[in-house]
Amino acid sequence: MSRSLLQVQGLVKTFGGIKATDDLHLDIKEGELHALIGPNGAGKTTLIAQLAGMLEPTSGRILFDGEDVTRLDCVQRVRRGIARSFQITSLWPTLSLVENVVIALQARTEGHAFRFWERARDVASLRDPALQLLERVGLRAKAHRPTQTLSHGEQRQLELAVTLGTGPRLLLLDEPMAGMGIEDSQRMVTLLRELRAHYTILLIEHDMDAVFSLADRISVLVYGHCVATGTPDAIRTDAQVRAAYLGEEV
Amino acid sequence: MADTLLPVANPVVGTGDSARRRASLGVALICVALLAAVPFAASALGDTFYVRVVTRMMIFAIMAISLDLVLGFGGMVCFGHAMFVGAAAYVVGIFVFHASSGEPLTIAGVAFQGSTNALVIWPVAIATSALLALVFGAIALRTSGLYFIMITLAFAQMLYFVAASASGYGGIDGLTLDKAPTLGPLDTGDRQQFYWVVLAALAAAYLLCRRIVESRFGLVLRASRSNPTRLSAVGVSPYRYRLAAFVIAGALAGLAGVLLASSQSFVSPADMSWSRSGELIVMVVLGGMATLYGPIFGAFFYLAAEFALGHLTEHWQLVMGPLVIVVVLFGKGGLAGLWSAVRRGETP
Amino acid sequence: MAPTLFFEQMLNGLQLGMMLFLMASGLTLVVGIMNFVNLAHGSLYMIGAFLAVTVLMQTGNHLLALGAGIVGTALVGLLIEWFIAQPLYGRDHLDQVLCTFGIILFLNELARVIWGSAPLRMDVPEWLDGSVDLAGIAYPVYRLAIIVVSALVALGLHLVITRTRLGMLIRAGAADRLMIVGLGVNIQFLYALVFAAGAALAALAGILAAPIYTVQTGMGDHILILTLVVIVIGGIGSVHGALAASLLVGVIDTIGRVTLPAGFGNILIYVPMAMILFWRPRGLFPSHG
Repeated sequence: MSRSLLQVQGLVKTFGGIKATDDLHLDIKEGELHALIGPNGAGKTTLIAQLAGMLEPTSGRILFDGEDVTRLDCVQRVRRGIARSFQITSLWPTLSLVENVVIALQARTEGHAFRFWERARDVASLRDPALQLLERVGLRAKAHRPTQTLSHGEQRQLELAVTLGTGPRLLLLDEPMAGMGIEDSQRMVTLLRELRAHYTILLIEHDMDAVFSLADRISVLVYGHCVATGTPDAIRTDAQVRAAYLGEEV
Repeated sequence: MADTLLPVANPVVGTGDSARRRASLGVALICVALLAAVPFAASALGDTFYVRVVTRMMIFAIMAISLDLVLGFGGMVCFGHAMFVGAAAYVVGIFVFHASSGEPLTIAGVAFQGSTNALVIWPVAIATSALLALVFGAIALRTSGLYFIMITLAFAQMLYFVAASASGYGGIDGLTLDKAPTLGPLDTGDRQQFYWVVLAALAAAYLLCRRIVESRFGLVLRASRSNPTRLSAVGVSPYRYRLAAFVIAGALAGLAGVLLASSQSFVSPADMSWSRSGELIVMVVLGGMATLYGPIFGAFFYLAAEFALGHLTEHWQLVMGPLVIVVVLFGKGGLAGLWSAVRRGETP
Repeated sequence: MAPTLFFEQMLNGLQLGMMLFLMASGLTLVVGIMNFVNLAHGSLYMIGAFLAVTVLMQTGNHLLALGAGIVGTALVGLLIEWFIAQPLYGRDHLDQVLCTFGIILFLNELARVIWGSAPLRMDVPEWLDGSVDLAGIAYPVYRLAIIVVSALVALGLHLVITRTRLGMLIRAGAADRLMIVGLGVNIQFLYALVFAAGAALAALAGILAAPIYTVQTGMGDHILILTLVVIVIGGIGSVHGALAASLLVGVIDTIGRVTLPAGFGNILIYVPMAMILFWRPRGLFPSHG
């Protein structure tokens, strides 16, 4: 049995009187694609933000590869191999696709960017891996265009490429297929299936077909609390989950 | 936040449009040639007045370029940039003062002799500005948005008061430089010679900033402007890069400051007032933020307008104030944006 | 410093602090609720003083001058809000900084055109002239009056903000702008009201200050910077923060000027500002989440 890469223990996040995360427990095994589903407002994005280090939990612990990372900030977590993508596309719109990916790559390959003389576009050691990543997500042809010229679906692909650029071990993907049409979604599912072999993935998605076909295990989040975890088949037939969330859908 | 002040096409992306780049290079060479022609034209006409005027414009252009680095590319609305100019100018003034008076400046028991050797005093002055930028920047950049604007304003005001209360160095009336510093074999007091020094400095400042902006550092800096959250999310801390940019800009502003001291043969608190800082921002925005060449035109245009309007009426600020408002409300991308639009064949 | 001198300076500090509060409360609400950096706030202070001094010279009536100054400046504030602030809501802070900077240039020059460059004097009303005996020192009645008036205004503001529906909207707006839009409130009207109220408070500060500091073009510049320091320390959007910070700044600035040599006294206030911002980059009582 594979070991745990990410463990969430008793995580709580309150905003004033509202409990967005309520005693949440989660255990992600290394190498798996673990999907997180739940109704809107269940606190999925809030959880991602806490796992990525962008939001400080009220209480609880987050362990990554055995290390307590609860107090670490975003930048430190990326260094350790945790990277997230954003549900609402977050890129650098006036920069080109290559430049977007290079920025992510730079932190990993060079450690810093205090290089003032060479033109960024001439640095092959950054440009080439960036182009490879773009190839992987299917955007190689548009590599030098400004990001703002991309379609929505293409921007979601770039969103993923930038996240991959940091060279993570754990991918926190927040609805990568949000707002995508059928064709784009299918492409994304294929891509995710390929990535599954190389990365541990925590995937938030609403597309149930994609979730059930991709996931090794699924956790169900309701009102900030994890009510069930198991294989897709187990979740599909779980009575509690059906009542709370799936209903007649699956 | 709408990036309405950025010119529409980002010229730094570099899509390899070689015809466009050749055109830009052509324009740049023409401008340099025009600037180079000024001293010759002036001596032909027997009048050094315009040499002085253009020298001042070029010095302000250096200030504007340095501010564009932090404001246009880094997205940091620093409302105290003039303090770095003034600090360096004052260092020069103080060195010259002590050289003229013959008495050394004693700080904590150490005596510093005065000097009029630019090769000594200019680096010290520029280093002072850089150090101030490091200290103030380290504190101010921990804040963001409105807080940052106000704290930079407050720091600048602080330095203004220090200068205004330094009665030994002229206080609010300012300090006259009795002697012109010598830069090796060159005499900064000679208008013609000094013109070439300033022109060289402007060209160097522009080229240096151009390299910085297109480098890996510049990429991260520009990213920290448009989406700092994403930058953190990919493991890059915006703070360090912003601070570095702030210090570089402070040093360049210091360069402008040492040149200003020689140009005016005078330095006063007004050179580091917050309204001077505001004027610098106007020059950058008027010229076109994040273009580097735009602020050069912005500085020239602003000073020319000040000069021309000042001849018409002593109340020229009655016109300048509303003009700034109109440009901000309706002008997209300033002069550089206008230029881009014309080049693309659009009506602006 | 002798205890009586210290006490007198503390009172002066209190007086400066209360005046700063009049400025800061208006500005912190404008910045907090409308997210609008209004650098022209100092110019409103100046206009209030100029209008009042003009009416006083014409009529000799202090209360009329006070009223005219406040109302007139509130109207100017509405004009600025309508023509300049409205197009700029939601735009970059840089745009707002530049436009309000343009307003400062314009109004300073306009004041010079209308009233000339020489400072104008405004006399203290006779019924506030003279001094009163406070714990062994003779303290000017007028300065005490400033403290009292400002304290009453502060109390009034507190009651409006904590006890009225308008105040609730203001507090909600300062914490989360989008929220009050969702409540179906007439935003246009609320913003105009807040802006005008801020202008009125600035005018009051300017008029109260006039007999002490004289009335001249550019008089708003220095007080603007102090006001910005106050709202940054206090936390943008928080009137209570503005009160605490105003008193802090008023006392430190006054004591500093009196005790320290010339240059240092002026800059003393920036040191605690830098320290506070270093540890609390959003001020002492930030109202935004």
